Amino acid sequence: MNAIILSAVWGVIMMFSSILFKNKGAFKYIAAIGLIVLTVANIANTYGCDFFNINTHEMLRYTRFGLFFNTIAFLCTLIYVLLSGKEIEKHGNYVAEYYALIFFVLCGVSILTSFNNLLMLFLGIEILSIPLYILTGSDKRNLKGNEAALKYFLMGSFSTGLMLMGIALIYGGTGSFQIDVVRSATLFGTFSGISFLEVAGLLFMLVAMAFKVSAAPFHFWTPDVYDGAPTVFTSFMATVVKAAAFIAFIKLFEVRIADTSAVINWGMLLSLLIIATLLIGNITAVFQQSVKRMLAYSSIAQAGFMLFAVFSLNDFAKEGLILYAVAYSLATIGSFAILAKMKDITFEGFNGLAKSHPVLAATNTIFLLSLAGIPLTAGFFAKYYMLASVVKTGHYLWLVILGVLFAAVSVYYYFRVIQAMYFKEGDAQAEDVTPGFKIGLIIVAALIILVGIYPQVVLNWLYF
Amino acid sequence: MPIQYYIALSVCLFCIGIVGVLTRRNVIIIFMCIELMLNSVNLLLVAFSKMYNAPAFAANPASTVGIDGQLFVFFIMVVAAAEVSVGLAIIVMMYRNTHSIDVNFLNRLKN
Repeated sequence: MNAIILSAVWGVIMMFSSILFKNKGAFKYIAAIGLIVLTVANIANTYGCDFFNINTHEMLRYTRFGLFFNTIAFLCTLIYVLLSGKEIEKHGNYVAEYYALIFFVLCGVSILTSFNNLLMLFLGIEILSIPLYILTGSDKRNLKGNEAALKYFLMGSFSTGLMLMGIALIYGGTGSFQIDVVRSATLFGTFSGISFLEVAGLLFMLVAMAFKVSAAPFHFWTPDVYDGAPTVFTSFMATVVKAAAFIAFIKLFEVRIADTSAVINWGMLLSLLIIATLLIGNITAVFQQSVKRMLAYSSIAQAGFMLFAVFSLNDFAKEGLILYAVAYSLATIGSFAILAKMKDITFEGFNGLAKSHPVLAATNTIFLLSLAGIPLTAGFFAKYYMLASVVKTGHYLWLVILGVLFAAVSVYYYFRVIQAMYFKEGDAQAEDVTPGFKIGLIIVAALIILVGIYPQVVLNWLYF
Repeated sequence: MPIQYYIALSVCLFCIGIVGVLTRRNVIIIFMCIELMLNSVNLLLVAFSKMYNAPAFAANPASTVGIDGQLFVFFIMVVAAAEVSVGLAIIVMMYRNTHSIDVNFLNRLKN
């Protein structure tokens, strides 16, 4: 409960702090203090110290997995705020409000990691999405930003409608909103012991969640929204929010897939979703001219890899998802922070960056290597755990082979940026960066390599 | 009335909503269709709630079985209202810049 209540309260504090402080630079530090408070409170909660004793009637259930993901989300947001705080300040006059919205998104994240009831899932998704619509459209004069906000809003509420229909059908089938309800109680419209209303509801939920995590064929809003939104906020949307949606996805289907597997072949359905996502994400990313749009398509491809966890649903999958969340969030936050400093965000804009800004080029190389899944970076172990989880289920081994092949395709477009930075002549224009920013980037890159060598530094926290 | 009628009615309303979202070009009408989808879900939830309540009600009129379905409806209404406030603000913002609420205008990001 700590994380949910404190993140909402700190969001309100951020809103009121704009009355007290006139200096834009102050808000970054207030937000950073808030995130540290949230992290400490959440770790206290993990070890059994809950400040708020509220009986939620099993609507929320705290697991080690969910609470640990909260910690990761808060720490990634802290890194994000420290790295990209300057960009947010440049963005407009409502800096405190942007931070407040980010805290409200984190409130949604902490509900999504602990829900045990479909009502809480719905509220969590909405608390997470509505602030994001505003952040996407925060650049009010920019037509592209407007378009992205409108598209995101329409697609988001459409998928909410689908999800609600799924929830209503599941309720109709089982008579309860709890996700782990004892199924013998009352079933309506049964067919060989399984309610077909429930199965229909689960299919609606699958489509709605696929919309939220931008899995193909429900991905078409993603490139436009990620491209049109201000780069700072794209970075937040593509990392913490996406990983949280995956946690909700895996929690939702953990129980239900086994229950209804007699009438519907979930393995085949999910593997088709995975192949479509990997194919469309990777192949389209190859043809992009803008690095920002390439990263948007690559985020679809990464979503395909994270879907392996929903497919296999074992211990390996959970460990892998945590590791993936860390590796992907750190690398994406870092490379978007560099992208936000570039004058020209096409591939040509990166030509010769290694000469003019060696630190930016070197750290960006590590981030891109991690996204591509090269050994000695965190991305390698993240992908390894995902593929290993599928191998452990013992079925669909061709899915693993396809996964490796698509990972090889992804190397092409990530290395195009590295090639532009190191091997092409040109004068890449980047804004002046402070030494603090450079140190921040180096710390993030060091973390990526540390996790790439000892993934246990992250995974041990799941158990001890 | 049997529950099947209620299910059929709300599925019809839901499909009208989906077809409207996919085919109409005016943002306000798309928005109304999304609201139609949400309201068909409300209808379905209330019907299911009553269905689960009926046998328990016959045994004990003070029974609260199935009341969670009706509670959910209130949450949907509240969240839909919050979503409308943000959505209309986005539409107004777009109208100020383009003087149009046609989604065909939204193709700057395509290339």
